[in-house]
Amino acid sequence: MDFSVLRNLISRYCAGEENWLDSRTVYIGQKEPPPGAEAYIPQRYPDNRIVSSKYTFWNFIPKNLFEQFRRIANFYFLVIFLVQLIIDTPTSPVTSGLPLFFVITVTAIKQGYEDWLRHKADCSINECPVDVVQQGKAARTQSHKLRVGDVVVVKEDETFPCDLVLLSSSREDGTCYVTTASLDGESSHKTYYAVPDTKAFRTDREVESLHATIECEQPQPDLYKFVGRINVYKDTEEPVARPLGSENLLLRGATLKNTHHIYAVAIYTGMETKMALNYQSKSQKRSAVEKSMNAFLIVYLCILISKAVINTVLKYAWQWSPDRDEPWYNHRTENERQRPVVIRAFTDFLAFMVLFNYIIPVSMYVTVEMQKFLGSYFITWDEEMFDEELGEGAQVNTSDLNEELGQVEYVFTDKTGTLTENNMEFIECCVDGNVYVPHAICNGQILSAASSIDMIDSSPGGYRREHEDLFFRALCLCHTVQVKEEETVDGIKRGFHQGRPTSFYISSSPDEVALVEGMKRLGYTYLRLKDNYMEILNKDDEIERFELLHVLNFDSVRRRMSVIVKSSSGEYLLFCKGADSSIFPRVVSGKVEQVKARVEQNAVEGLRTLCVAFRRLSPDDYQEACLLLTQAKLALQDREQRLAQAYDAIERDFVLLGATAVEDRLQEKAADTIESLHKAGMKVWVLTGDKMETAAATCYASKLFRRSTQILELTKKRTEEQSLHDVMFELSRTVLRQRSMSGLSVDCLDYGLIIDGATLTAVLKSGPEGNYQEVFLEVSRNCSAVLCCRMAPLQKAQIVKLIKASKEHPITLAIGDGANDVSMILEAHVGIGIMGKEGRQAARNSDYAIPKFKHLKKMLLVHGHYYYIRIAELVQYFFYKNVCFIFPQFLFQFFCGFSQQPLYDTAYLTLYNISFTSLPILLYSLVEQHVSMDTLRRDPSLYKDITKNSLLRWPVFLYWTCLGVFDAVVFFFGAYFLFDNTTFTSNGQLMTTNTQMMFGNWTFGTLVFTVLVFTVTIKLALDTHHWTWINHFVIWGSLLFYVIFSLLWGGIIWPFLNYQRMYYVFMQMLSSGPAWLSIILLITISLLPDIIKKVLCRAMCPTPTERAQGTEKLTRGPADSTPLPSHYRLLKGHAADSSRIHLGVPETSALGMPQPFPQKLLLAQRPKGGGPDLCSAVGPCVLRLSGAGFAYYAPGPETSV
Amino acid sequence: MSKEENTANRPDNTAFTQQRLPAWQPMLSAGIVIPGFVIIGVAFIGIGVALFVTSQNIQVLEKDYTGIERNSSCFKCTNPRVKNCNCTINFSLDKLFEGPVFVYYGLSNYFQNYRKYGVSKDAVQLTGDLAYFTEPSTTCAPYQRDAKDKPIVPCGSIANSMFNDTFKLFQIVNSGNVEVPFDGKGIAWWTDYNIKYRNPTTNPLKNAFNDTVKPIFWPRPAYELDPTNSANNGFINQDFLVWMRRSALPNFRKLYRRITEGEYAKGLPAGDYALVIGYNYPVLAFEGRKKVVFSNVSWMGGKNQFLGIAYLVIGSLCVVMSIVMLIVYAKFKFPDEE
Repeated sequence: MDFSVLRNLISRYCAGEENWLDSRTVYIGQKEPPPGAEAYIPQRYPDNRIVSSKYTFWNFIPKNLFEQFRRIANFYFLVIFLVQLIIDTPTSPVTSGLPLFFVITVTAIKQGYEDWLRHKADCSINECPVDVVQQGKAARTQSHKLRVGDVVVVKEDETFPCDLVLLSSSREDGTCYVTTASLDGESSHKTYYAVPDTKAFRTDREVESLHATIECEQPQPDLYKFVGRINVYKDTEEPVARPLGSENLLLRGATLKNTHHIYAVAIYTGMETKMALNYQSKSQKRSAVEKSMNAFLIVYLCILISKAVINTVLKYAWQWSPDRDEPWYNHRTENERQRPVVIRAFTDFLAFMVLFNYIIPVSMYVTVEMQKFLGSYFITWDEEMFDEELGEGAQVNTSDLNEELGQVEYVFTDKTGTLTENNMEFIECCVDGNVYVPHAICNGQILSAASSIDMIDSSPGGYRREHEDLFFRALCLCHTVQVKEEETVDGIKRGFHQGRPTSFYISSSPDEVALVEGMKRLGYTYLRLKDNYMEILNKDDEIERFELLHVLNFDSVRRRMSVIVKSSSGEYLLFCKGADSSIFPRVVSGKVEQVKARVEQNAVEGLRTLCVAFRRLSPDDYQEACLLLTQAKLALQDREQRLAQAYDAIERDFVLLGATAVEDRLQEKAADTIESLHKAGMKVWVLTGDKMETAAATCYASKLFRRSTQILELTKKRTEEQSLHDVMFELSRTVLRQRSMSGLSVDCLDYGLIIDGATLTAVLKSGPEGNYQEVFLEVSRNCSAVLCCRMAPLQKAQIVKLIKASKEHPITLAIGDGANDVSMILEAHVGIGIMGKEGRQAARNSDYAIPKFKHLKKMLLVHGHYYYIRIAELVQYFFYKNVCFIFPQFLFQFFCGFSQQPLYDTAYLTLYNISFTSLPILLYSLVEQHVSMDTLRRDPSLYKDITKNSLLRWPVFLYWTCLGVFDAVVFFFGAYFLFDNTTFTSNGQLMTTNTQMMFGNWTFGTLVFTVLVFTVTIKLALDTHHWTWINHFVIWGSLLFYVIFSLLWGGIIWPFLNYQRMYYVFMQMLSSGPAWLSIILLITISLLPDIIKKVLCRAMCPTPTERAQGTEKLTRGPADSTPLPSHYRLLKGHAADSSRIHLGVPETSALGMPQPFPQKLLLAQRPKGGGPDLCSAVGPCVLRLSGAGFAYYAPGPETSV
Repeated sequence: MSKEENTANRPDNTAFTQQRLPAWQPMLSAGIVIPGFVIIGVAFIGIGVALFVTSQNIQVLEKDYTGIERNSSCFKCTNPRVKNCNCTINFSLDKLFEGPVFVYYGLSNYFQNYRKYGVSKDAVQLTGDLAYFTEPSTTCAPYQRDAKDKPIVPCGSIANSMFNDTFKLFQIVNSGNVEVPFDGKGIAWWTDYNIKYRNPTTNPLKNAFNDTVKPIFWPRPAYELDPTNSANNGFINQDFLVWMRRSALPNFRKLYRRITEGEYAKGLPAGDYALVIGYNYPVLAFEGRKKVVFSNVSWMGGKNQFLGIAYLVIGSLCVVMSIVMLIVYAKFKFPDEE
């Protein structure tokens, strides 16, 4: 056989081979490779079937069982079960088999159901119809039959069935519009382009005749990255190669918009599509509670083993005398006698293990899981976290971390879109130092262009005229904004909607929209992009056309973007806008000083600034740039890097034109939220990519820094003056001195630290002078607030990691809204995504997603707090009740010759954790509220009570365990003294004859068990602070269930049992007066110490929570009674703050006051604003014109309250 | 976002979903706890006094007849070679032992709660199922079959080790000894006697036991346990039933007979008595003790000081605690009520 055939076969059928290739070649329309093509290595691609389901019908049982038994707890019980099956053990395998079976079945049913839903969803996706071009005709087929290389026709509003490369569209220019809302939440329409060589193929027949191959990289999950090359064969010529980038790749899941139909070729199918690759599960985060739970479990495992060892050893010590070993009434069988002692001892050990195994609560895992799963619904159900504007409430992506929300010590927040609204408002621009402010928009009218320019400084002189023109054109041209000419758009409305058909600007960056809209208000309206010509309506109502030649896209590393256009006069112009730090170094002329001054001033006020520059390109320059760009774009390898190099080479020698200032308002109640978080003892760090001044202003406005805060700077500016070592040393000295000085008044002097990205890199890099990390941590630990500005996304994650790894191992929370926050969201213990305007990436990668930053307060202070106390009690209680349960059995071994005699009947052993005591604690852990929601919200400092896992620390755990042991001793010896050597009889008046019955060992166990069930249930009842009807129902219901079950269990001869040892035991016990009396007595004794401890602790050293409970009790219904003094204090604080920061718009709400008061204020305020029908833009405008400070309330956000 | 979607996503505004269910929020405040403790304390002390007094009034007479001491009349019976040994214990009552008097036998250091011992029976066999007469359960091993491989009925260790000492009580009067009549009826649980244990329906009972052997230690087969009363034989023999209900602890008493008949129904009058013991049951091998106990009972059962004392202790503890709490609350100025 020919080897090449063999090799082909191997490569065809070995999936492994495919992975070796780093690119794939796709033959459009599945055509044979054209002659002269490179050696064709056929690859096997998966079909277009999306499989999100984990199981199939056949492998469900084995695979699911395997998955379940991989969990350590299930495995433990499986081992116990097997031991019970194999050796002769005191309890029947049923006792552990049934709970295990129950747990496994419930989980399997749940997972099976979820998988069935996934199957159904998969099915509907896989079977949805797709049009494929075959033999020159579009044929309808099912989505899953699609193969790589098929040419697909997609019509408007259809979703792409797989990852496609656009060949041609019904639009003449070979573009199509796509919305990726379902992928990343960006509702803007993105433009995708066809390669010029294929865009002419417009009909099915024409497309069929296309002869081309596509080489592209193997699938990878990055949604925004694609590198490929298309080779178009025309007749016999050399193939034309064109680069393919992400702008050619239509992603599965995106929807075609505004385009009648397109032709595209399938590149990645099925599970290889970028969407599918993105749905890989994230790494599991484990909460602190879970960790301590596992630690406790290990302790209990040790207790279990030591119990078994002790009993085994004692058994053999005790049996040393042959009389005891084998008294005449209890002879062994011959088999047993012959067994070696070692084996006997080992089986005894195993038997003891089996007997005591219930101390490891099997049902705890199920209960915890159910609690988390069901409990997380309270977050999604919370109406207060529902955002009207978005139409969405909070989302829970993982319920494993609910309680971690109550443990947060560090909050890392993004600024833009998180603290601020990311709703940009153009404020001003400055051209060569002259400031232009559009202000004629206050009443919501767009005034005519001519009157809308207000020159504050002076009229531009003649020679400046040119710069001014260029500046406005630059802003009109240098962007990626699209014009949507419809009355309504999906998603958030933009632009000014006056009821008449108007155009909206859509962009993934709100800044750009703000800028283009600002330009519109200044008289330069960007009309549209048509056939690569951008049209601008200038101030004189003339349409100017520029040919768009190249777009040098924005990226967060360069922090700038550029366009190369050709004006109607044939001039080549490069316009660039970007962050000042990335523009200024590249500027060669222009009024740098003036612009810089203005930029800094704006930044101090908290405005986002961008600088605009341009460069005239000679035709030679242009050709050179073109060459650079094309080469870079064509590259298959390292395209990113080469593009960056090309951009770097092109974007230079700028002439500075001016700068813009855009305001990003603080989110509603952001300041209030931050203040609450501070009060709750959390340290809030703001991590932003923004400029230091802008960020600092936001921090002041959001009360992260107060006026009293002493700011420590660790910035590049400072480290340039002094060495890093000196700065660090000085900072740490300042901070440490303060700490040693103020023993009592820690609150009055707090520090805020500002650090920037460059310095952070230097700090993290342990230099020769020593490791600054420790010093930095020490300094930052003593600062109540830290601002990190100029952060790259990865640095954000680095900081989180640094804090996580610091020696206290604090629990961190990261919150952000953009793709740049994803890394830190994933890194932090709890990641929270804001469903912001920058897409859904953050929300998708987060553990919890909330609509607004203000919801964080309720999330942490209320939900987090509740979840924590609930689960803490759940965990402690579970261990407690199992100690109570098993310890009497352990004690009983001392009185039954260590013979592994179970104290309780099989049914009791089995059902104790499953049904007698499971529901009350589950319900407790779902609905308990130790203090009311309003109290928690009003008094954030209560959060401090639970930090550092305080309810699950070792002393608390020890207390619960000791309580359990004490109770167990009471149960056992109580019953013992009643039974021992006494005639524990009843005179049986209730019985048929006047008999005196002896009570046997099962009565003994039943008595202990009855006391046990009542005690642990009542103990929970005593811990319950919030008795809803559900609690009543479940607590009393489960006690009643126990009684009814016992009556039934003992009241009938059960045909399926081969023993009837419980027959009438329970009734006999209840018919005895002393049994009743002793049950009451023992329950009381068991509960007394806990009650006394609680009462005394409460009286002598009440925790803030207990105080809050007390005051709550006194002032029932205090929901709206914020103490006034604090409110006045705050007001005074604002008035005194004379700085001109006008970011603090939502001040009224920030006070967290009852509604009536601010509303009155608002009413008083409104006339100043200029009318009741203000657009939301009024707020800042009014403030600016009046030049007022905080004393005024801007009505903007409040109108929606 | 369209309006419908808006409302569709909006969470339900119910008390439950918003966690605002009306709730009772009890608190362990001084106003509740102190009176609570006082009430509980007083009630417990009351119960305790009642129990204690009742318990004090119960008369108990215990006689160890193991026969370890050489001067004991039962000493001669401790030799395992002696068969059918009888011994007599004399005692005198100086006042009326109020009736009804209950006679118990007590064993100590006897582990009826051994696990292996406890499972060594065939519950189905004891319900009279003849199929299990020929095929006793393996749990009965080593008392499942005898050396000749014949099935043992009733099988198992518990049945095999059934207590077989007999007691007879005589009052010594001038005219000679008067036997005090013992009542052996209804000393076992009614349900055991009537439902749980059943004899085979075979008539006569003896036939059911064909091809089986009696338990090894038994002197007589099961159908001849009570020669005086044919209805008290087989698995529903009262003594058998009493024995089969395993004791919880190694020192135990089991009801033997009651004295409810004739002139002794009111109790045992003062006088001299002789207890004649049919000494069969070996206990010295495992250092056990045997005793016979005469006791009368009250509304709360036999003599049991523990319950009364425990109630008294806990009751007074509650009262003391309430005083302590009062002091604490006074000192710490009632923070709850502030």
